[in-house]
Amino acid sequence: MAKKVELVCPAGSLPALRAAVDNGADAVYMGFRDGTNARNFPGLNFDERAARDGIRYARERGRKVLLALNTYPQPQGWKTWTGAVDKAAELGVDALILADIGLMRYAAKTHPQLRLHLSVQGSATSHEAINLYREQFNIQRVVLPRVLSLPQVQRVMDNTEAEIEVFAFGSLCVMVEGRCYLSSYATGESPNTCGACSPAKAVEWRETAKGREVRLGGVLIDLYKPGEAAGYPVLCKGRYEVNGEVNYAIEEPTSLSVLDILPELVRMGISAIKVEGRQRSPAYVAQVTKVLREALDAAERSPETFSPRSDWVAALDKVAEGSTHTLGALDRAWQ
Amino acid sequence: MKLALGPLLYFWSRDDVLAFYRQACDWPVDVVYLGEAVCSKRRGVRLEDWLAIAEELSAAGKEVVLSTLALIEAESELLTLRRIVDNGRYAVEANDMGAVRLAAGKLPFVAGPHLNAYNCETLGLFRDLGAQRWVMPVELSRDTLAAIQACRPAGLETEVFAFGRMPLAFSARCFTARHYNLPKDDCQLRCGDFSDGLVLNSQEGEQFLAMNGIQTQSAATCNLIGAVPELKELNVEVLRLSPQSRHMDKVVAAFRTVIDGTLTPQQGVEAMAGLTRGEPCNGYWYGSAGLAWLEQDEVRAARAQSGG
Repeated sequence: MAKKVELVCPAGSLPALRAAVDNGADAVYMGFRDGTNARNFPGLNFDERAARDGIRYARERGRKVLLALNTYPQPQGWKTWTGAVDKAAELGVDALILADIGLMRYAAKTHPQLRLHLSVQGSATSHEAINLYREQFNIQRVVLPRVLSLPQVQRVMDNTEAEIEVFAFGSLCVMVEGRCYLSSYATGESPNTCGACSPAKAVEWRETAKGREVRLGGVLIDLYKPGEAAGYPVLCKGRYEVNGEVNYAIEEPTSLSVLDILPELVRMGISAIKVEGRQRSPAYVAQVTKVLREALDAAERSPETFSPRSDWVAALDKVAEGSTHTLGALDRAWQ
Repeated sequence: MKLALGPLLYFWSRDDVLAFYRQACDWPVDVVYLGEAVCSKRRGVRLEDWLAIAEELSAAGKEVVLSTLALIEAESELLTLRRIVDNGRYAVEANDMGAVRLAAGKLPFVAGPHLNAYNCETLGLFRDLGAQRWVMPVELSRDTLAAIQACRPAGLETEVFAFGRMPLAFSARCFTARHYNLPKDDCQLRCGDFSDGLVLNSQEGEQFLAMNGIQTQSAATCNLIGAVPELKELNVEVLRLSPQSRHMDKVVAAFRTVIDGTLTPQQGVEAMAGLTRGEPCNGYWYGSAGLAWLEQDEVRAARAQSGG
């Protein structure tokens, strides 16, 4: 019998944390209210008091709390990041999710009892990379970037003792996480430096005779016809002109969903599946957590006969970016 | 201050590659990075060929470093990586943490621009594992570099990406193949048709990005020639010039003359007019959006504002 797969859900706020716990998350992940985490958006995240309340709420119900400190500190801000590590240790979170090697070094040295996970922002895509983090910092778990096919994930697992966590649902990063500077190229702020991709303050909407323009840092990234649905503008999901053709040259607005391959993930011995979306509403968190809880339980109970229920698919597509889903890189054809 | 030719990021024909590096033997560059850093499907120039090119460049007095793939996904890519690390003669540029693990304690390495070194503690680890040089991530600014230089570990050289279309992102997906509706497994190596990348424009015709297979670059060309005095002042040892298909000899010459003081930085900027493949940009260096180009007076204003 394989070990149970942990369902890890996003907590961008205390209500979202409660929604995740109430709907069956095994663990929630959250960040502090500053640039130390990769969802640094106005109004999101936890100050110390909310963090304490959230941890208590989850613990009383037997769930874990992971804390994301997954941006890259520069010397000018170093003390803020190490302060966040110390604070997390004091709060007693179940694990820290780190990306920066320097910060890992600090955490491993200063708080050796603290469990460390390697963030997706750490960009470890091979067992050689993962094992370096393991040897140097005793990393217990790795969140894989969304670039590997399923056989490649298996190959990684065959060659490392680290637990493997993969993304199960949510907005799809097309680029290797942690190594994408598209946002700072247009706006000056990136996930690595500021914890924000396509920061809200750089977004401009304008109604024009041609349609509704959206710009990021002044660059026109899309133009919507009247009545056309518009999502949150990220650079990699805009429409551009290449060789005279205008289309989604990088990726369509779409969400990742692994519903179709849950039994394979269970069989492979994946340790955890993760839901993206700390920037989304508590209602989103509740909906997605509920569906994935049911689906994961079903896949673990009877992997041979598992098939995604149509009401699950519909419920997830309703909250998906572009109202549609893909397996992303896990499926070779997408690449 | 040394000049380096960064690894060739495009898929040029074997003849073009050989011709390019034959010319480079005579250019005033000190370091040359060789090898495929973007896509393992590009096999026009094999490791044996790179080693032969390395031999010629070494004979011409250049320091040669073998660059490794930035995004490693397949087991076959790890095999190639091991062969590069075990070359027995040249240092390697590690562009992935897997490469760092393989090189650690075995041979001196350069911590490449894709390793995410944003602070001195990170550099300390790289130095302890055997790094002799690090390349600053392209999105970092002059102010951050100043702070890092103040605490960088002894014995570690600093290299800054000073010229060329900047690598901004990597993906499992090949965007050039996608443009032609080809699956990646049958990409027909169409990236070979674009010697400086395939430009992606905004819908109002602004050149924005350049697609180079699985790598996304800036359409604008980074040009820090005007910042050479600041780079010197910050004790940067090496400037990286990333190869483009044309005028590379003139680009190298312009940087060399500004470093030597034969041309002023402003004269250097003028000498570079028309030599960049895209519009010039220097925004990252001044703490701005990467695509921006700041003129000297704007640079001065920015400096006054930051109190530097």
